[in-house]
Amino acid sequence: MELKEKLVSSFMAFENMVDIDSPVHDIRTEAIKTFEVEGFPTKRQEAWKYTSLNSVLKHDYSVFPKHEKALEFKDVKKYFLHEIDSYKIIFIDGKYSSHLSQTTHDGIDVCLMSSALTKPKYRLIIENYFNKIASNDGLSSLNTAFSAEGAYIHIPKNKLVEKPIQILHFSTGNESALMLQPRNLVVVDENSHVQIIERHQSLTDNPILTNSVTEIFANKRAIVDYYKIQNDKSTASLIDNTFINQKQESIAKVHTFSFGGKLTRNNLNYYQNGERIDSTMKGITIIGDKQHVDHNTLVHHIKPNCESHQDYKGIFDDRATGVFNGKVVVEKEAQKTNAFQANNNVLISDKASINTKPQLEIFADDVKCSHGCTIGQLDESAMFYLRSRGIPEKEAKALLMFAFSNNVLDSVKIPVLKNRITRIIANKLGVDIGFDL
Amino acid sequence: MSKYTEDDLREELKTKEYEYGFYTDIESETFSKGLNEDIVKAISKKKEEPEWMTEWRLEAFRVWKEMTEPDWANVLYEKPDFQAISYYSAPNSKPKYDSLDEVDPELLETFEKLGISLDEQKKLAGVAMDVVVDSVSVATTFKKTLAEKGIIFMSISEAIQKYPELVKKYIGTVVPQKDNFYAALNSAVFSDGSFCYIPKGVKCPMELSTYFRINQAGTGQFERTLVIADEGSYVSYLEGCTAPSRDENQLHAAVVELIALDNAEIKYSTVQNWFPGNAEGKGGVYNFVTKRGLCEKNAKISWTQVETGSAVTWKYPSCILKGDNSVGEFYSIAVTNNYQQADTGTKMIHLGDNTKSTIISKGISAGKSQNSYRGLVQISSRANNARNFSQCDSLLMGNECGAHTFPYIEANNKSAQIEHEATTSKIGEDQIFYCNQRGIDTEKAIALIVNGFSKEVLNKLPMEFAVEAQKLLEISLEGSVG
Repeated sequence: MELKEKLVSSFMAFENMVDIDSPVHDIRTEAIKTFEVEGFPTKRQEAWKYTSLNSVLKHDYSVFPKHEKALEFKDVKKYFLHEIDSYKIIFIDGKYSSHLSQTTHDGIDVCLMSSALTKPKYRLIIENYFNKIASNDGLSSLNTAFSAEGAYIHIPKNKLVEKPIQILHFSTGNESALMLQPRNLVVVDENSHVQIIERHQSLTDNPILTNSVTEIFANKRAIVDYYKIQNDKSTASLIDNTFINQKQESIAKVHTFSFGGKLTRNNLNYYQNGERIDSTMKGITIIGDKQHVDHNTLVHHIKPNCESHQDYKGIFDDRATGVFNGKVVVEKEAQKTNAFQANNNVLISDKASINTKPQLEIFADDVKCSHGCTIGQLDESAMFYLRSRGIPEKEAKALLMFAFSNNVLDSVKIPVLKNRITRIIANKLGVDIGFDL
Repeated sequence: MSKYTEDDLREELKTKEYEYGFYTDIESETFSKGLNEDIVKAISKKKEEPEWMTEWRLEAFRVWKEMTEPDWANVLYEKPDFQAISYYSAPNSKPKYDSLDEVDPELLETFEKLGISLDEQKKLAGVAMDVVVDSVSVATTFKKTLAEKGIIFMSISEAIQKYPELVKKYIGTVVPQKDNFYAALNSAVFSDGSFCYIPKGVKCPMELSTYFRINQAGTGQFERTLVIADEGSYVSYLEGCTAPSRDENQLHAAVVELIALDNAEIKYSTVQNWFPGNAEGKGGVYNFVTKRGLCEKNAKISWTQVETGSAVTWKYPSCILKGDNSVGEFYSIAVTNNYQQADTGTKMIHLGDNTKSTIISKGISAGKSQNSYRGLVQISSRANNARNFSQCDSLLMGNECGAHTFPYIEANNKSAQIEHEATTSKIGEDQIFYCNQRGIDTEKAIALIVNGFSKEVLNKLPMEFAVEAQKLLEISLEGSVG
């Protein structure tokens, strides 16, 4: 049975399993209808021109994981940022693991989507925010239809969340092939500040497909720092749909570090609904083998005096393919917009390829918008400089590549995380240096 | 004059009428409207074409019938009714004239108004012209001078008669009949166009030039241009277009094929000023053109275009860099005003080693117009050391217009070096202030800035054409180009 049919026919069973009286029941029913019409995207769609899901969709995925499996902390410790204290929301095969998690209701809500969707005390927030900005394309609708579990984070007014929040999804291989659809909601109220780290990790060689939707609301003067670490096994694929709604003077930053996975697609959408907003999205992609990473960003400038910054670096080896599709829309009303977009790529191997499409659609005249995009190689004279000073070729190469991607790392605000990513990069480049020269 | 602001300029732009909007009343012989195999055959017969050409057209027509009109471009328009168009119209005063005196005086007056008086052009510019009015070439000058060098420059229908082996060998090799909807249509019904062949090692001593005009109401113009530069030759080819004022939308679907063999160089410059429609967006020409060049070893093709006219423009002059060390260039200024829509750009397909391409695109949007750049840079996996530089700048005048960029960059080879940058800006108050403060009034200042903005492209035009281009920029952005 085709995956699409399987999903559509599983929907009834799913609805009976979760609470049918829940206020999101109608939203789910509507969403499955949309998915039935839209289906999975194909290469014929402009936004999916360079990414085909065929190889990912062919597996016979289990839609609901049946078995639960516990994991010991020591086995998965390395995937945590364990050096610092943090809130943790951990899922194993899509099921919440209270054993590994550390949630809170003390002034802020860091808990589960499943309880937010069912408990009356969250009803108002769910009504106001749930599925309000997620687009109704096929994949997001599919996630909405099956939305039951994920992270729920609500930071009320004037709170500075001291500890970062880690969201981790483990898949253990209990099922021969597993499809996960986590649904996250992050609401940050006036003047509050939060840091979130998200990671999807497969512990098995069985195929995993994750179709995740995250809605983030940054209200007045809120600051949201969101880090995505994508360093998964070559059998795991991830479609990440993130939607960010910003109110006036808020700052939202998303860093995406893509170092692995079979197919990774990041749909990152910003909607600026207020003045003097700052939106930043940065990314480092270092992949090899037959991996595929696709960054698809949209910044919708709706109100005047806002800024957006995009900076994506990519290094592609072996038969890896990379895609960058950045779109900036400036509405007529959005005068005095500053929008910058940069995408720099290095191809290491003859078989690697990169397709990039930085797109501007501008309807206002008093704006400064620019995009730049380069594809090139490492500077030979710089290589020579390093080699002539006794640095071996591999290390010299790694140093240059690290320097190439360094300004994305610069804006990472959690030192431990920065170290961690530096180490992943060193590991990726096959060297044992700290880069803190 | 010191009060002259961008608003005034905008006002002026809105009310500025199309200067060349007149209609020459020459009796034309026009086919009945509609398109079917018989019409295709009739066109072919009319042109006294050989059998293979008729077959070639029919083949294209059969493919076209199966195709659907594309709609991926960033333009909105009412799709033309292909059965309501007359596919052939030729001025009646045939046969050909031996001298200019014999040409219908009314027609000559038309040229006069366009400022392309043949005599003047002949004397002053030293430009050989193949004038196409409603698809049939009526006057060709300087043919002799060219003939001495062995250069063939004539209308394509004449070439089909006289040099069938050359036409047969190259036509459709760069733009195949089934390439796209409009190319197929053109292949089936093209009425005339220009043909040019530069023999081995010859440098064409003058700029070759063609002017196209759409004259008869309700006729579509489907010209076909084929330029072949044999090994080691050089040619600079100019193409200019203006069309008179018409209420109904007219369709223009041309195909241009350039073939640059080893070590050859072709420079193709276009000034396009078809009727853009009036200030309400009524009327205007649909300009759907397929232009493509093929570069063999060490060859170079350079496209330069100034697009100021047409209600809807949809064109992507492209280069296929097949041979090693070949070079492709694209320089473009696209100006849109009122309700004009332009979706234009280029494709650079790198297939050979050490191929280079440069793209400089300048878009100026005013009024309620939409101006898009759409380009593709593709480096195939076997194209080592390919190099591309692209720059797309947009200038917005007024807050009701739009500027869009859709660059596609596909690199499949690690030794590729690609740079792309794009900026969007408006004429800054500080820039105007700077000029004012130095005694330059606002109108002049805007002129200066627009001129500076488009200079990189204007500089690429041949001398004679640069003047024409400036004239056309003036019509589109009256008062801003000095």
